[in-house]
Amino acid sequence: MAQSSSHHSAKPAEKPKSVQLFVTCMIEAIRPEVGMAVVRVLKRLGVQIEFPTDQTCCGQPAFNAGAVPDARAMARHTLDVLSRSASPIVTPSGSCADMLVHQYPALLAGDAHYGPLAEQIAARTYEFSQFLVDVLGVTEADLAQTQGHESVTYHPSCHLSRGLKVTEAPSQLLAATGVETHALNGANECCGFGGLFAVKMSDISGAMLNRKLDNIEASGAKIVVGCDVSCLLHMGGGLHRRGSAITTKHIAEIIS
Amino acid sequence: MTNVTFYERVEDALNNEQLHVALNRTTARLGGLRTTAFASLPEAEAVRDRARMIRAHTISKLADYLEQFAANLEQCGGYVHFAADAAEANQIVLALAKQYQVKTVVKGKSMVSEEMHLNHEFEHLGITVWESDLGERIVQEAGEMPSHIIAPAIHYTREQVGDLLHKKLNIPLSHDPAVIVGHVREKLRQEFLVADMGITGVNFAVAETGTIALVENEGNGRLTSTAPRVHVALMGIERIVPTLDDLSVVLQVLARSATGQKLSVYTNLLTGPRRSPEADGPEALHVVIVDNGRSKVLGTELAEILYCIRCGACLNACPVYQQIGGHAYGSVYPGPVGAVLTPGLKGIEPWADLPHASSLCGACKEVCPVRIDIPRMLLKLREEGHEKGLAPAWVKMGLPVYRFVATKPALFKWAIKLSGMGARLLASAQGKGGWLTKLPPPLSGWTQHRDFPPFAAKSFSQQFKEMSE
Ligand code: SF4
Repeated sequence: MAQSSSHHSAKPAEKPKSVQLFVTCMIEAIRPEVGMAVVRVLKRLGVQIEFPTDQTCCGQPAFNAGAVPDARAMARHTLDVLSRSASPIVTPSGSCADMLVHQYPALLAGDAHYGPLAEQIAARTYEFSQFLVDVLGVTEADLAQTQGHESVTYHPSCHLSRGLKVTEAPSQLLAATGVETHALNGANECCGFGGLFAVKMSDISGAMLNRKLDNIEASGAKIVVGCDVSCLLHMGGGLHRRGSAITTKHIAEIIS
Repeated sequence: MTNVTFYERVEDALNNEQLHVALNRTTARLGGLRTTAFASLPEAEAVRDRARMIRAHTISKLADYLEQFAANLEQCGGYVHFAADAAEANQIVLALAKQYQVKTVVKGKSMVSEEMHLNHEFEHLGITVWESDLGERIVQEAGEMPSHIIAPAIHYTREQVGDLLHKKLNIPLSHDPAVIVGHVREKLRQEFLVADMGITGVNFAVAETGTIALVENEGNGRLTSTAPRVHVALMGIERIVPTLDDLSVVLQVLARSATGQKLSVYTNLLTGPRRSPEADGPEALHVVIVDNGRSKVLGTELAEILYCIRCGACLNACPVYQQIGGHAYGSVYPGPVGAVLTPGLKGIEPWADLPHASSLCGACKEVCPVRIDIPRMLLKLREEGHEKGLAPAWVKMGLPVYRFVATKPALFKWAIKLSGMGARLLASAQGKGGWLTKLPPPLSGWTQHRDFPPFAAKSFSQQFKEMSE
């Protein structure tokens, strides 16, 4: 499978035998089945899973609120957790990956200990679909055993596509499974989540969400697929409010 | 800014059906044209990189280039005035009006004049001002501010424009843009002929030659700057490019980003006033260079916003702007660029809401011809607001608690369990299969437009542990 663009200058020379799973607080609390799907996929591909149990939250809610000292504290905690092992870090969330890859190094740039650590962790952190395509080089044959799913449409979340510049990998994975994929009008438009934005600026966020949902409903797909559980929760919450039968799934659930 | 809050303006905007029709039509059209225009530019990304480098370099040596520009313009017979703020700029312009015994003014598009509220100042003195840019004229006749930096009347449908101008300018009623323009043009011709002073903005000022570049599509800029006796050009201190070569680079990305044109219909390069034996041009040219808060951000983490070439692309691409339009921001500059410029230049208070009016989706940064990292600066301004205690109480109190919990893994797991229990309790009372349809404040914002899913019965940690055992 062709490689998507990536922030990593140096790819691991060999396929890693083991990865650390940074599962994100959303999956821990609300959608653990996504984490379990990630585990199944990685295991099937011959990768062992390390799961540091003292991981919590990457700190994005504080960071996006401008609460820099709080964000730094959470970043330091996460770096402590993830630096005990030398294995690459895989996280099934574009925005949490972007936080680790782009924001941590900037947040901690002035810190003699955590600054360099943030750089090291950033260099070996991957979003799930990116890891599969760019690092493992997953092929169609690897995904051939994927179960049939109802038709899907793919929502490229903002921090995945604009932050990490992962634009091809998810579609490539979906194509490899052979699942019926419907085009999504205005796919690149934000779903309106934006963390606390959805609570503080609820009406603007809701208007953005409604435009996204109109497009999703018009796509004719039965399932919205994404790589960010938080955006999926947002869209799923809107679909539920509408009484729509369309469901949301993380890409790992489609290919597991 | 009025006493109406940001939230109230947003509510008005979201409830305005006509605004939605107008915004959807035009932002989508401009965005599409931009994409097509860049597709036809060879090495578009490299040109953007060069444009960015030019802007970055200029801003890093701004004082030098301003000095060079001023010297060269004076060499060509123009006058240069520096104004520290809007009030000073108004004083300068009004003194010029007096000096030249001006009774009527015709104006081209100038966002700096909006910063100065110049039209009001003229009105106080009994001087008549005619906006000559069609969009500006529409908002002037409506008694409003522009709602977009290149398409001032973007919030109006053509039907509304036809009705408004029919009433205000006494022209025949039509909803056909070409017909409306024809009638307005006849009016404007008269105004150009009698006006004593022409006032325009400046898109770029070229340091090496003292030239000012004026980019426009209606020809009104050319007439405004040449027909009246006196031409006054208003510019922000950052509007400089070093050389004519640099100008050609930024012009390549400006029109494409703004309107999807390769080049705007009129690109006027003005170097000094009329010289004998020239037949055209004003007798005097005055350039007023306005700071008005800009130098405050030089050398700070917000300096990058001065790279802006005022193309408006970030407004068209912004999903928030697309929903609420420009007036909801309450500031002269709306949209993503305005959400940085306004609190950056005027101070975070009372503008602390603007940097939060973004999901940080990054669409602005993606389309910005000079790749300004607007999301980064929105975060910087949120940080400043937070430090100054301008966040809502629940955020101020909630985040340190969240931090405390999220840096203690056992406590974090316990807190998730507790939240899950609370959510289940609430949800069972709401009878929607475990979904929450109504959350208490401050989280009620979420359930205004979306339900919240049930917490998992077993967390990922538990499930993973059980699987591994
Ligand atoms: S910030 Fe960039 S996109 Fe927005 S108006 Fe300025 S130059 Fe254009």
